[in-house]
Amino acid sequence: MNRLKHTLPSIIVAAVLIAVWWLLVVYTESRIFPTPKKVVEGTLELARDGSLWEHIGSSLMRVGSGFGLAVLFAIPLGLWMGRVHGAFVTLNPIFQILRPISPIAWIPISILWFGVGNASAIYLIFIASVFPMIVQTTVGVHTIEKRFLRAAVNFGVPRDKFFLQVVLPATLPQIITGMRIGLGVAWLVVVAAEMIALRSGLGYMIMDARNAGNRYELVVAGMIIIGLIGLMLDGIMRLLESMKIVRWRYAH
Amino acid sequence: MKISLQNVRKSFEKDKQRLEVISNLSFDVRDGEFVAIVGPSGCGKTTLMNIIAGFLPPDSGSIIVDGAPRTEPNRKGILITQQGSVFPWLTVRQNLLFGLPEQTPDREALAEEYADLVGLKGFEHNYPHELSGGMLKRCEIARALVVKPEILYMDEPFSALDALMSLRMQNELLRILAKEKHTVLLITHDVEEAVHLADRILVLSPRPTSIQASFDVKLPHPRRVSSPEAQALRVAILKELGVAETV
Repeated sequence: MNRLKHTLPSIIVAAVLIAVWWLLVVYTESRIFPTPKKVVEGTLELARDGSLWEHIGSSLMRVGSGFGLAVLFAIPLGLWMGRVHGAFVTLNPIFQILRPISPIAWIPISILWFGVGNASAIYLIFIASVFPMIVQTTVGVHTIEKRFLRAAVNFGVPRDKFFLQVVLPATLPQIITGMRIGLGVAWLVVVAAEMIALRSGLGYMIMDARNAGNRYELVVAGMIIIGLIGLMLDGIMRLLESMKIVRWRYAH
Repeated sequence: MKISLQNVRKSFEKDKQRLEVISNLSFDVRDGEFVAIVGPSGCGKTTLMNIIAGFLPPDSGSIIVDGAPRTEPNRKGILITQQGSVFPWLTVRQNLLFGLPEQTPDREALAEEYADLVGLKGFEHNYPHELSGGMLKRCEIARALVVKPEILYMDEPFSALDALMSLRMQNELLRILAKEKHTVLLITHDVEEAVHLADRILVLSPRPTSIQASFDVKLPHPRRVSSPEAQALRVAILKELGVAETV
């Protein structure tokens, strides 16, 4: 009941937006811009012939690979930079310069290095998501409260225990925040990457629909599906935030 | 002598000005003795405790523990502070196990025993944010005691608790100390707490601080802080702190 109370207003707003869209298309007698009904029909058509699932699968596979590699790279590096001052002062300026470069700007170079194909898209996703995760992990280590580090030193525990039971769990909430940001950016970038010379994925699906006879109902369908999957991915990351071991950070 | 401070000095650099915090401070603590240190706020009590516990080096002078100079913190003396440092990402049980090396015989049973000792039985699998302030303090004390330290360094340990809980925790501490004889160094701004708990009370002067006066507390436990002797002592200490009060 409470859940319904929370979601009801957004459902109403969404319904109103769809109604306005529908009315505007009918009112302007647009021949190109689709009505919601045509978008649903287009989606069903793609779902039935199976191509929709293939595109979704390709996009998710690319995000999974690029993001997964970025996680494997960023978290150890971020932890290291957080603990070792020399590593931080050496690498941080470089990452601060690389970070604001839009992943889109990397497209020519990624094609040059990896050619046209999956590797190129995966590289772009890696580049997009790796920096926010490095930065958040490092910040997480730097903001561990001194009283906890002192207590750990006081008990004189061995290094591996110090790392596994203090540094890592103390940083985990920030790592998860970094992963949330990273995955969000990765999903943004996969669509852009697929618009350039790839034969599958949701980004390709959108460009293909436009190029193959102005099928704008499929363009809009693709956009909405991208939005819904993005929401779902963020929801999965939010599940990580509700783990008991990090609840202390989010509880208040 | 368990702990011996010899001519400890400490100053900080602040806005390019040298701020002398501790000037030539010396005192001894006997094995098993409970010494309370009281002083006006801002006189450098916490700095002093951090130096004694080994977290901060003095500018000059030395801290001798068991006849050997101490430079680093170690598990022989555990620091308990006002803020507390129970790890919020570990359960009560995991916190108690934290300081116990893996090869400790019966470490699980030991953790259980100390959870029981401080009255946390049944809460071993709770996370700290699920506990009250008093329970958190009990957990911190248990985590310190389970590693069998010889010394407890307590820096305003109960100041964040309400008055009633603070008094209850003081009684708990006395009950535990009666069972396991530790050397305790307590820093507090609460004179009554010091009179209630300590064998000896040192009064610090304002900054730069040094020992201004020392009082032996010869009252037997359990003490009544409202007794005339205790009150007379309290007034004498307050007088040293520059607070005139009539009983």
